[in-house]
Amino acid sequence: MPKYGMVIDQRRCVACMACVVACKKENDVPHGQFRTRVVEEVEGEFPALRMELRSELCNHCDNPPCVYNCPTGASYKRSEDGLVLLKKYRCVGCKSCLAACPYDARYINHEKGFADKCTLCEHRIKEGKSPACVATCVGGSRIFGDLDDPESLVSIVLRENHSHVLLEGAGTKPRIYYIKMYSKPE
Amino acid sequence: MTAKFSRRTFLKTSGLVSAGIAATSMLPDKFLLWAEEQGMLKADYIPTYCEVCFWKCGAMAKVINGRVVMLEGNPKHPGSRGKLCGRGNGGAGLLYDPNRLKTPMISVGKRGEGKYRKASWDEALNVVAEKLTKIKQQYGSEAVALFTHGTPTDHFLPLLYAYGSQNVGMPSFAQCRGPRDVGLELTFGESVGSPERLDLANSKLIVLLGSHLGENMHNSQVQDFSEAMASGAQLIVVDPRFSIAAGKAHAWLPIRPATDIALLLAWINVIIEEEWYDKEYLDKYATGFTELAAAVKAYTPEWAEKETDIKADKIVETARMMANNAPAVCIHPGRHATWYGDDVQRTRCLGILMALLGTWGREGGVFIATKSSFPKAASKPFPELSVEALNTCGYPLAGAEGLTHVIRSSTISGTPYPIKGWIVSGTNLMKALPNQKETIEAINKLDLLVAIDVMPFDTVMMADVILPECTYLERHDALAIGKGKMLTVSLRQPAVKPMYESKPGWWIAKELANRLGLNEYFPWNTLEDKIKAQCSLCNISYDELKKEGTIVIPGTAAPYITPLNPPEFKTASGKIELFSKELKEKGFDPIPRYTKHPQPQAGEFRLVYGRNAVHTFSRTTNNPELNELFSENEVWLNTKQARSLDIKNGSYVTLVNQDGVKSPPLKVKATERIREDCVYMVHGFGTTSKELKNVFGKGADDQGLVTRYAIDPICGATGMRVNFVRIEKGALHA
Repeated sequence: MPKYGMVIDQRRCVACMACVVACKKENDVPHGQFRTRVVEEVEGEFPALRMELRSELCNHCDNPPCVYNCPTGASYKRSEDGLVLLKKYRCVGCKSCLAACPYDARYINHEKGFADKCTLCEHRIKEGKSPACVATCVGGSRIFGDLDDPESLVSIVLRENHSHVLLEGAGTKPRIYYIKMYSKPE
Repeated sequence: MTAKFSRRTFLKTSGLVSAGIAATSMLPDKFLLWAEEQGMLKADYIPTYCEVCFWKCGAMAKVINGRVVMLEGNPKHPGSRGKLCGRGNGGAGLLYDPNRLKTPMISVGKRGEGKYRKASWDEALNVVAEKLTKIKQQYGSEAVALFTHGTPTDHFLPLLYAYGSQNVGMPSFAQCRGPRDVGLELTFGESVGSPERLDLANSKLIVLLGSHLGENMHNSQVQDFSEAMASGAQLIVVDPRFSIAAGKAHAWLPIRPATDIALLLAWINVIIEEEWYDKEYLDKYATGFTELAAAVKAYTPEWAEKETDIKADKIVETARMMANNAPAVCIHPGRHATWYGDDVQRTRCLGILMALLGTWGREGGVFIATKSSFPKAASKPFPELSVEALNTCGYPLAGAEGLTHVIRSSTISGTPYPIKGWIVSGTNLMKALPNQKETIEAINKLDLLVAIDVMPFDTVMMADVILPECTYLERHDALAIGKGKMLTVSLRQPAVKPMYESKPGWWIAKELANRLGLNEYFPWNTLEDKIKAQCSLCNISYDELKKEGTIVIPGTAAPYITPLNPPEFKTASGKIELFSKELKEKGFDPIPRYTKHPQPQAGEFRLVYGRNAVHTFSRTTNNPELNELFSENEVWLNTKQARSLDIKNGSYVTLVNQDGVKSPPLKVKATERIREDCVYMVHGFGTTSKELKNVFGKGADDQGLVTRYAIDPICGATGMRVNFVRIEKGALHA
């Protein structure tokens, strides 16, 4: 059973937005709504400044609050690969999941009325491709693969670098990892 | 894109499945994608190359039922390597932009009024041909000039030459890369080309001077840059603004604008004084070291500190970083290099620095282009000119790309001879050239302004006749020959048929040629025929090219200097010229010297401009898929300055330049990311064309404020960062 996840190597990201445009096109996301974004954070005072570029998307948590809070059973964690997905026909657009998600990863599709979010392009994974954002990532910042396979690129880069997850304290057990540090672990 | 797709319409459309999907052509993308997923429709992948910018990345258009639903990178293409940038991904937004030019149009009002009537192709082409013939009779063929950018050049330049004029102006030279190319040619005998032959991926240290890689998004270059960053390369960024690249830098040097040459000369001084240069490399390949060493003696780091506002020890430290990592140091020569009017000399400094560190022809520096090439097909020679073309007019080292502003001023003055007709293809002159007043004045002197373009850009909406070209996804264009590490050839072919009445550029040029009696210069029926003939001449399988999109010729790479692969410098001395005899003979400084430029007065800011990752100048600003991500430019203002002027972040202001020209209302981005003596804007916004519905009235045009420009006496390019603005509060914004 694969355990799909993603590593975002922030050293490589230049905020070129290729991921955002490709995702919108691949998944036909309505105008003004996004399944992924690149957050640009700058700290400090001129000229002592520090910048962080952080791609954000659904974390496909192993402990997903959106799934627990869904009253209709529309949101679910797929048993075979652990992707957090949505049965659109069961969704009533109540926004419980939007409120529950600490990552602001979901939106109500304003053309169709149901909740929507990143699926890690499960339709592409099925065809043996990587998600659209990963395939087009110019900096090679987004790395996709099976976290359980020690030979996969995600496992390799996680072994070789310090990494962290977003809002670890929320206890959601995210599957999206971030490499921010420049040094390798001892 | 915005069509509502409720459950009810879903049921209605899915009823069509039984009626035969292929019969319905206007199905929305989401349905097509769904139908493909269900196995009802098959997607075709048509390889082509992109034209959202000019990097010419190989792309694959995913076409379902006659609609381009997605664009992906072509894995075989060295410029894209299977990836596209945001703009490339959004290419279909141009194809399906409802504001596209749809039919030929003829002006029925005054110039610039934007009043047009539709015309047939026959009528529009006849009008253009008649006027061109009349101009030739009355003033001679040299009275027609061409302004062009991108692939249309391959069609309209031969037309211009055949017509009997060689007055061409490409903004890509005099408003962009010109000084860089000339500076490097003077030093090494050749420039780095485009895509630049920079070995970024293997660099241990990258030096960017004003280049904002990432925001300036050139696909494979940024891929290499990221690769270097992840492999632990060091980075020095010289930029008055904390750019995305500066955010990754180990040393960010927020230089006082217009003092770059002082910093470069100080670096050269330190490297020579400390003897950190590559002696062996210089002995073998360079000339003029003694003169250089003497000339830069006075340019100490302490002197440069006063000019550049960068601490002397920081200058020494960064010079040491370069020396420690040489020769795997990539000093980026920049791309848009027209800054202050001494830009050739600035590039000379960069070239000299490269030479001292021995990076030209070395791994991690600048690699050597493939020496292989394709044979050229013989063609009918163009008519001889009866008078000299305006191309170099007083600027000894201007080149074949011509000088846009010289044509413009000749159009205004009528000297040395009148210019009465402009053909403008693929370039928005109002946004490209400095001092729009002059552009308008010149246009008003014309008997004919004909524009060939895809979108109703500012300049297009001033034309007498508008000829709508179809987008790059609907046409053939000339083969793209790539001379990077390897020799490559790429094909542009239509993914879908041209929409509306738009036509490919080659067809427009050929039809005009027919009407001018110049059909002998276009001796083929379709461009595809010509490409096929070219392929057989070059011994390339056209069928393979059609299927793969790109063919890389194996065994053509020899990127680094080795005993068997010595470098060739096409300079007069056959060596790298640290001291340039050519410049001396022409009356210029043979070794760059520092000259002080004016700095802003109290209350003024220098206007600096640049790019955003999802836009290519003004070309993409209306593209719905890209406009969504960046729809309006802002003026970046240092937080401290904003506080003292009592200007709130996000409020609207007016910029007023030194000549009293005012900008439209512009949003303020108060930020720590910029020096206190300059403001920054993303180029390309503030269109005057009401036909660009997504972007009309949004943001402001930096070029509108660039009323002054400093012409580089060596190559004639226009330095455009020489304007100062004041900020007026409380602009009304609709």
